[in-house]
Amino acid sequence: MNEAEIARFLYREARLLDDKRWEEWFALLSEDALYWVPLSRGQSDGEEHTSLAYEDRLLLRLRIERLRRDPPSQQPPSFSQHVLQAPEAAQVGDGAWRARTPFSYAEAKGDAMLILYGVATHDLIAAGGGLLIRRKRVDLLNCDAALPSVQLFL
Amino acid sequence: MGRYTDDPAAIRALVRDREVHRDVYLDPDIFAIEMRRLWAKTWVFVGHTSQIPEPGDFYTCSIGAEPVMMVRQTDGSVRVLRNRCAHKGAKLVGVTSGKVGRFFRCPYHAWSYRIDGSLAAVPLRDGYAGSGFDGCDAARGLSPVQAHDYRGFVFARLSAEGPGFAEYFGASLSSIDYMVDRSPAGEMVIAGGVLRYLHDSNWKMFVENLNDTMHPMAAHASSAGTAKQLWADQPKDTPKPMAIEQLVPFAEGYEFFDKMGVRVFDNGHSYSGVHFSIHSAYAAVPEYEAAMVAAHGAERAKDVLGTVRHNTVYYPSLTIKGAIQTIRVIRPIAVDRTLIESWSFRLTGAPPAIFRRNVTYNRLINSPLSVVGHDDQACYRMVQEGLAGGGNEWVSLHRDFAAGEGGDMTVNGTSEISMRNQFRAWVNMMAPEAA
Repeated sequence: MNEAEIARFLYREARLLDDKRWEEWFALLSEDALYWVPLSRGQSDGEEHTSLAYEDRLLLRLRIERLRRDPPSQQPPSFSQHVLQAPEAAQVGDGAWRARTPFSYAEAKGDAMLILYGVATHDLIAAGGGLLIRRKRVDLLNCDAALPSVQLFL
Repeated sequence: MGRYTDDPAAIRALVRDREVHRDVYLDPDIFAIEMRRLWAKTWVFVGHTSQIPEPGDFYTCSIGAEPVMMVRQTDGSVRVLRNRCAHKGAKLVGVTSGKVGRFFRCPYHAWSYRIDGSLAAVPLRDGYAGSGFDGCDAARGLSPVQAHDYRGFVFARLSAEGPGFAEYFGASLSSIDYMVDRSPAGEMVIAGGVLRYLHDSNWKMFVENLNDTMHPMAAHASSAGTAKQLWADQPKDTPKPMAIEQLVPFAEGYEFFDKMGVRVFDNGHSYSGVHFSIHSAYAAVPEYEAAMVAAHGAERAKDVLGTVRHNTVYYPSLTIKGAIQTIRVIRPIAVDRTLIESWSFRLTGAPPAIFRRNVTYNRLINSPLSVVGHDDQACYRMVQEGLAGGGNEWVSLHRDFAAGEGGDMTVNGTSEISMRNQFRAWVNMMAPEAA
């Protein structure tokens, strides 16, 4: 697995999210996957410090199922657009890689659009000839700011 | 200046026994008057003493549009001062929290103040000789604000006029007692960061929603209902995740919320969950319960742990959840813009599992990324936009209305009494009969 292959994997992940292909995105997660959006800069813990999101497969499944049920907050629906900088990736163990990807993210809903910036850190593991996401940590540039609803996946 | 500014009768006409006029949510003039008459003359939550443990520690925030700071004094007491230099009016402290040595120093012209707010020094003091400066307001330093520390909760009243603290909150303060007494040591510490969620709706919609028990089964069906279904699909012996334990009760039906009960007090305060609540069925933590019995005795421990009130509203600025040690603070920004801050507390002497539960709850419900919060916020916004349209200009608050209701009373949980009670307080402050 080289940096170019990891980059392709991450570009595809962003594409799946922006296309709302939630099931295909969910299939990229390992059994013990964690999706983490810290609340503080350099936050090291998600159990005894609040986070914007700190979610295992069960909670991510809940997000996906909820979005299918036409909730009040999706009238009108939201749409996302990730713009990724080229990831920097390094092998961190046997069959394990870590990638750092600065990004911009836009979420549009009706006439409103929210724009966020941040850095995504993916912990990836080799599985079945491909990769799975074990942990996706999203450090927002303004993680401590007053934020409006952010409804889709960063 | 708008049409309500000098017209108390027009303000009084906005609130009927069981209806309110849409202008209370839409009119910028009403919002400006609220800041001067309601938010300035009532006791508004500033912060918790655990945020400023040492002398010189400060925490800044706003009461309505006015920047203030609470500062720990050398004698251990807490003062609330206006965060505004007495000279040109610059905000004195630009950060949210921190520690000063002996003085606050204005970055603009270097006027400095002792931590009690008194003016310590101005550069080239000789230049003021014979100017009349010594008798003027600026020479008195930072204006102090009336403040009251109730078991660590610091409230302030901007105006020199207004009700006293005990008179204003009355028996509603028992919810703070039950929250603090959940600590075996009778002490709580703010911890784990603050969630800051921006709402594009009027502040009163959020406050009303706290004891609105008719919305969860509709607005939260997509989140709590889905959680319930996901859990039902799991094999029987699966350990119940904390998130499931916390989210599923939001999917309870009308009967559950009706039987919970709601209690109101004078001046707009209320709580629901008089008899039980969505927090009643959390898993026992035997180590914690043993510590509570050891600290408080079996009888009081049973009373405290069996008191699981849903939300207590300290009108207009604070709502607390004693059973899960989280609070939400209302910071109005504009008529259609409100910041909600959600804080967590660690109970001194309780095991880590209790704090983890509270951190999880706060994140699941109060984060800008919360699937529960999204639907609440969207509903408030739909009200904000819908009310702007014509047709009926009155909002219905009729549910379970009874003539002569008021004072300290407990009724069925799905009554809209808490909202009527808030508007009775609102109109009394906004347009007193004597005015």
